[in-house]
Amino acid sequence: MNFPILSSLILLPTIGALFLFFTKNKEGNNLTAKYVALFTTVVNFLISIYLWISFDQSTSTFQFVEDRTWIEGFINYKVGVDGISILFIILTTFITPLCIISVNNSVKNRLRDFLIAILIMESFMIGVFCALDLVVFYLFFEAGLIPMFLIIGIWGGARRVYSAFKFFLYTLLGSVLMLVAIISIYWITGTTDVVQLYEIGIDVKYQNLLWLAFFSSFAVKTPMWPVHTWLPDAHVEAPTAGSVLLAAILLKMAGYGFIRFSLGLFPVASEVFTPLIYTLSVIAIIFTSLIALMQEDMKKLIAYSSVAHMGFVTLGIFTLQQQGIEGSIIQMISHGLVSAALFLTVGVVYDRMHSRLISTYGGLVSVIPKYSILFMLFALASLGLPGTSGFIGEFLILMGAFKDNFLVAVIASIGVILGAAYMLWLYKRVVFGKLLNEDLKKILDLNRSEYFILSCLAAPILFFGFYPDPLINTIEVSVTDLINMHNTNIASK
Amino acid sequence: MENLNLILPEIFISLSIMFLLILGVFKNDSSKITFNLSLFAILITTIITFNETFFVTRETLFNESFVIDSMSSLMKIITLIGGFLVLVISSTYLKTFKIYNIEYPVLILSSILGMMVMISSNDLIVFYMGLELQSLALYVLATYNRDQLKSSEAGLKYFVLSALSSGLLLYGCSLVYGFSGSTNFDIISNQLNSEEYVLTFGIVFILVGLAFKISAVPFHMWAPDVYEGSPTTVTLFFTIVPKVAALTVFIRFLYVPFLNLIDQWQMIIVFLSIASMVFGAVAAIGQTNIKRLIAYSSIGHIGYTLAGLATASNEGIQSSIIYISIYVVMNLALFSCLLMLRRKDQYYENIDDLSGLSKNHPLLSLCLLVILFSLAGIPPLAGFFAKFYVFKAVLEQSMYFLAIVGLLSTVVAAFYYLRIIKIMYFDKERDKYDNDHSLWLKLSLTVSTILILLYFIFPSQLIEVVSRINII
Repeated sequence: MNFPILSSLILLPTIGALFLFFTKNKEGNNLTAKYVALFTTVVNFLISIYLWISFDQSTSTFQFVEDRTWIEGFINYKVGVDGISILFIILTTFITPLCIISVNNSVKNRLRDFLIAILIMESFMIGVFCALDLVVFYLFFEAGLIPMFLIIGIWGGARRVYSAFKFFLYTLLGSVLMLVAIISIYWITGTTDVVQLYEIGIDVKYQNLLWLAFFSSFAVKTPMWPVHTWLPDAHVEAPTAGSVLLAAILLKMAGYGFIRFSLGLFPVASEVFTPLIYTLSVIAIIFTSLIALMQEDMKKLIAYSSVAHMGFVTLGIFTLQQQGIEGSIIQMISHGLVSAALFLTVGVVYDRMHSRLISTYGGLVSVIPKYSILFMLFALASLGLPGTSGFIGEFLILMGAFKDNFLVAVIASIGVILGAAYMLWLYKRVVFGKLLNEDLKKILDLNRSEYFILSCLAAPILFFGFYPDPLINTIEVSVTDLINMHNTNIASK
Repeated sequence: MENLNLILPEIFISLSIMFLLILGVFKNDSSKITFNLSLFAILITTIITFNETFFVTRETLFNESFVIDSMSSLMKIITLIGGFLVLVISSTYLKTFKIYNIEYPVLILSSILGMMVMISSNDLIVFYMGLELQSLALYVLATYNRDQLKSSEAGLKYFVLSALSSGLLLYGCSLVYGFSGSTNFDIISNQLNSEEYVLTFGIVFILVGLAFKISAVPFHMWAPDVYEGSPTTVTLFFTIVPKVAALTVFIRFLYVPFLNLIDQWQMIIVFLSIASMVFGAVAAIGQTNIKRLIAYSSIGHIGYTLAGLATASNEGIQSSIIYISIYVVMNLALFSCLLMLRRKDQYYENIDDLSGLSKNHPLLSLCLLVILFSLAGIPPLAGFFAKFYVFKAVLEQSMYFLAIVGLLSTVVAAFYYLRIIKIMYFDKERDKYDNDHSLWLKLSLTVSTILILLYFIFPSQLIEVVSRINII
């Protein structure tokens, strides 16, 4: 057996967290703790890059598979990656170190505990994307609630308790039905191993109910309209690093789950429920874009834009077209980078002015030009300007949608225009205009670490915007095979 | 007499009780030595139980009225270990209230003896004898802090209601005896047929009596008051040890004498289970006293164990036993935390007293965090696996309604566990609590928390032990 590279990816952050746990807890700016956490996550990032390099793009079989008996005769601890999951792992390991660098200003007390929570969170998130057994997946999926609850609740803003509870209970309520479905799958087929389940298939008569049970969990996590209301609260109250993790990675778990489990395990039901997903996605795109237009709080605006973008993702996944699914995956990666960047840019001015209200700002371009330029780049990437990664994703999704359903695609395209409207209007109100607020005159431009983080995020956004091939090559074979498997399943039923 | 060694544990523990009583009466200031000796006696009994009975598949004694099988030996060991740990962490508490007397260990030992008899009983009379022995000891234990009004009230309440339920139980037993002509479980099992309607009454009476003992809804009313009023260490004893014994008897009754009447009792158990899960979750939300909250939470947990019993399968029974074992560990850890909330010889037991605990006592609150998330059933902690096995067994029998209601009530229950975590972590801190806890208390908290936290690494061991239990 080869070196267990995936398990070490999962375990390394936890080991780092354990190490931190035994270091001395200093108040204030605890540099040692920060360096330990940063070191751990950077090493993890390098391992994941190595994983990507040694990943064989020409096959859709799972690679780096580890299969160990865990509960005798019942569950195996099975992890592995294919073209779909590997990108999410890299996204996770890429975003986490940036979060850790960014905690400088936003987290004032109990820095060490905060870093421990982030590291443990990283372990669980990587675990979700590697798991090849339904129970193992559920375990990681649910376990992530604990650190996130604490991150929002301890380090969050004024209404943090309400938001933390809402986040926890909403997600838990969605997930318990998935647990029922997972156990039922075990009794129907005799295994919870995803690879075996792909081969055996699940009897058509059970598929609809099981699909709905999984849907209840993923819809809350995505979040889809009308169960999206926890997201704006959680985002607004969470500290910057928490919002970044939530937007960039946690939301992607559900999109990933839709592709891996809903499409892969229940092909017939996925066809049946496509209209449902289309309706909810289109409502999410149009409705939440309109809500975003009306927001006065910057973080809330970005949170609603996340819901709209995830609407595109779910739409793309259930087009069941090559372009649609590829577009969804790229949109998720791109949204991971862009929303992380946007939350960080809001965090930058929030740390200085302690206000998230749009009306506080205005005319920033004359005092902090560097910031304004980067902010512009991210705003444009968010609305999907050609040349940024946001464009590739949205374009592919709409292409897939046009192939499948013309009407839905047309309505979704209106969402693109609305997206441009709220992003540009936000940018105009914050950055342009007259500098009316006296306090703003003393505001400082980006310091070195902020500049570094934002450039780190800007680079891939631009790079993949111009040259998306590395992403598409990685996912292409896996997506093709997924669709082929789907079509043969449909044909045989 | 050749297999008398099988009841050596019971014989040994009875002799120790008598010896300790004599020692306590004739020697001055003997509370410390009785405590230590009774700990030693429990330890020896555990070893004997393990050595003599753990690998016995099934043996019967005394005209088949006493049975030793893999379930009885496992449950006895859990009872004994539970009793040992309760005794070992109670001393500081008892000294604070100046009730560190010889009666306490003796009473605990006698109730353990009663429970051991109950667990092994294969006969209505033997069962009733064991039940009464443990109940009488428990009545006294509930009033043990006799200078406090609440403790006396708890004891009295417990005595009156428990006596009522024992009466019901006895009446049910007499009905069953009347229709089967025997008190032996195996013979009853052969004689019973479901044509007799009066027999159903007998079963219902017995089930009501047993449901009272494990405080399943709607026979739970005594639990919150008794748990709140009794001394905390006694409450700990109440929440774990008698439940283990009563659950074993429950399993024995349902699956030996009444197995053929499954259609009659399955609905009752499903109802008890659903009612307990839902009621336990909802009623705990408004509580302000931690002990009352634990009472409601234990009602909810009993609901989950009953869900396993309702399946009428070996997997279901095994999952219930796994559930109760993990529950014992979690409750032990929870009470260890509660016993640490002491400031200047006063114990604090309101939820508000936990406010901001994480600032002053980061380790204690971290342990409590792990325990509470585990009680709420969040993976990857032990409490999740307990629920997981139960619902796996429930879904095997396609009892979807039970599973879905149960899992939805975990979400409701999560709310009140989260509320405690919120108070600990998000609220303003109060004065510090004392840090000079006894070594045993610290040890039991650490070990049980680590067990809860790391159970997911080796989940197979517990299953392996339990999988030897095949009742049906």
